[in-house]
Amino acid sequence: MTVGLGHYLTVSVVLFCLGLLGVIARRNVVIVYMALELMLNAANLALVAFSRFNRNLEGQVMVFFIITVAAAEVAVGLALIVALYRKRQTAHVEDLASMRL
Amino acid sequence: MQDILFYVFAALTLVCGFLVVANPISRSPVTSALFLVLTIVSLSGLFVLLHAFFLAAVQVVVYAGAALVLFLFVIMMLDLRAEERRRITRFGLIGGGLAALAVAWLFRAVPREAALVASGPPHVEGSTSALGALLFTQYLLPFEAISLVLVAGMVGAILLSRKEPS
Repeated sequence: MTVGLGHYLTVSVVLFCLGLLGVIARRNVVIVYMALELMLNAANLALVAFSRFNRNLEGQVMVFFIITVAAAEVAVGLALIVALYRKRQTAHVEDLASMRL
Repeated sequence: MQDILFYVFAALTLVCGFLVVANPISRSPVTSALFLVLTIVSLSGLFVLLHAFFLAAVQVVVYAGAALVLFLFVIMMLDLRAEERRRITRFGLIGGGLAALAVAWLFRAVPREAALVASGPPHVEGSTSALGALLFTQYLLPFEAISLVLVAGMVGAILLSRKEPS
């Protein structure tokens, strides 16, 4: 059976689900952030696969922009985590509940 | 040959992705970060199989090179040794598993319907020059705007992470 669009999309969906599992189950902010990156990468894989199998380069342009935004997002997010750690001395999700109702 | 490579890279991506979020041996963030590097490198292998050569290179340079180094630096600065002893709660694991299964259920028809979306057998394209031409003609304005996003991100990161003048 030759590898088609469906195979790539299956990989992308499973990777996205793994990232979601990590975001919800893990309690360490840094690892939650890595799981978010996994989800972004799963979306990238789906876009590149669509772009290839539809003979359309615009998906790749979109992925280029997503990678750039993700780079800026990593910088800002990690700066936020560092600032949070300076204030609270913790990087644990359950200790950061001061905005809870 | 390409099919075998697809299965190798896909398996590598998924196994390493799983080890990022739930490593049974080590709970250290450093291990997760290194497995994230492996995930991203094997994803760029998948990009090469999809003839997206430029994006594969960018993926390795930006993610595995820049972003992961940033992750490792932050892990080093935070000294998260106390965090390693914390367990994953059963509630979080069950909730996360349910949410992931729900999303997988939502997308259950995707592999079956995908053949309908694909317009014929793919031909070789995705050369870097075609991508660059598209980027600098049709997508010139978003390309310039994204530079502003990068500047804003840089300024924000510096502003957020500097010490408070006391």
